[in-house]
Amino acid sequence: MERIPILRIGNMLLVSIQVDLQDHTALMLQDDLSNRIVETGAKGVLIDISALEIVDSFIGRMISTTAAVSRVLDAETVVVGMQPAVAITLVELGLTLSGVRTALDVDRGIRLLSRGIDDRARGGDVIRDDYLAE
Amino acid sequence: MSSQPENDWIDLLRDSRDEVIPAWTSVVEATLAGRMTTSELTNDIREIFDGLTAGDGRGSDIRAAAYDGLRALVADLGRTRARQGFSPTEAAVSIFALKTAVLELLENRADLAAYQAFAKLSRFVDDLGLYMFETYASARETVIAQQAESLLELSTPVVKLWDGIVALPLVGTLDSARTQVVMEALLQALVDTGSEHAIIDITGVAAVDTQVAQHLLKTVQAARLLGAECIVSGIRPQIAQTVVALGIEFGDIHTKASLSDAMLLAMRRSGLDVVSRA
Repeated sequence: MERIPILRIGNMLLVSIQVDLQDHTALMLQDDLSNRIVETGAKGVLIDISALEIVDSFIGRMISTTAAVSRVLDAETVVVGMQPAVAITLVELGLTLSGVRTALDVDRGIRLLSRGIDDRARGGDVIRDDYLAE
Repeated sequence: MSSQPENDWIDLLRDSRDEVIPAWTSVVEATLAGRMTTSELTNDIREIFDGLTAGDGRGSDIRAAAYDGLRALVADLGRTRARQGFSPTEAAVSIFALKTAVLELLENRADLAAYQAFAKLSRFVDDLGLYMFETYASARETVIAQQAESLLELSTPVVKLWDGIVALPLVGTLDSARTQVVMEALLQALVDTGSEHAIIDITGVAAVDTQVAQHLLKTVQAARLLGAECIVSGIRPQIAQTVVALGIEFGDIHTKASLSDAMLLAMRRSGLDVVSRA
C-alpha cells in the first residue's frame, strides 16, 4: 500500500504529495502526520501539492481537517505549490480552505512558517497576519 | 412588339413554375456542394419565386411597393448567407441561378418573344442580386465588427509591475466565460513569476454588478489558495456607489481607488518603501 513520506526539516515536517491521492491514502496520511507531529514535537507542517493535478471535495476537506488537527497539536499548516486549475476547482466547489495558510512554493512556505514559529515562541499564540497590517 | 405587356416575364415564370424551381435549386445546390440540404434550398427558392411572380405587372423596378415582401426575403437570405460564412459567390448564385434555369428552359423553344421576356427578367434579376449582395456585405461588416469587439475584450495581459507584484488591467465587460480566462491567466502568471501580490485594476470595467463582484471574489479566493494576495483597484465613484447600493460585500479584500495606491500597498507588504529624495 502506498504511503506518503513525511520528512523532518528542523522543527517542521514536509509532506510532498507526488501521486494522485486516493481516499484511503489521504486518511492514512492524516493518521501518520498527527503521529509524527506528536513524536517530533514539530511546530510547522508544509504540505506540498504542486504535483497534484486533481483535487476533489474529499481531498479538499482532508487538507482542512489536517490543518485543524495540526493546530490542536500546536503546529501551523501551510499548503504550498497549488496548481491554478486546482485553486479554481476548489473555489468553484466552495472550499476556500479557511484556516489554512498558503504559499507559492516550499521556500516561501518555510519562511512563512519560521516567522510564525518565532512569533509564537515570543508569546503570541497565532501567526501575525502581516497582510492585513498596512 | 410594342404590344407586348411589360410584365411578360412574370407570365413566363408562372407558366413554367414546376420546371424552373427544380432547375434553379439544382444549380444552387451544385455550387454550395452539400452545405445546405435540398429541402432547405427548395423552400428558400420557392419563397423567392413566389415573391417574384407576386408582382402587379410593373415588374421592372425592385423598389416598387409590390416587391416589399420579395426585398425582405432577399435581404434575409443575404444576412443568413453572411452569418453562415458563405463566400460572396455562393451567396450571389442563389439569385443569379434563376437566369441559368430559365435560359436552359428556353433553349429548347426557339421563341423570340420568350427571349425578349428573358432579357427583361435578366435585368430584374441583376437588380435583385445586387440588392441581396448589399445586405450580405453589411451583415458581414456587422459580424466583423462584433468579432473585433470580442477580440479586444478577450485580450487579458498580465503585466509585471515589480518583483513579486503583477497587475491585471481589466477592460470591457466581465461575463462568466471571460472571467474564467482572466482568472486562469492571472493565476498562471502568479505561479510562473512567483509573485505574492496581484493588483486587479477595474478602471476599464464598464459596470460592476453582483455577478461581476462574485467573479472578482472567486479570483481573489483562488489566488489566496496559491499563496498570493489580491488588491482590487480602479474603483470609480459611481461603481463604489453601485456596489454599496447592491449590498455587495467585498469582505476582507483590499480595495483601492487608484492603481498607484494599490501599488504602494503591495510594495509595503513586500517590505519595500518609496522615499522621495527631493
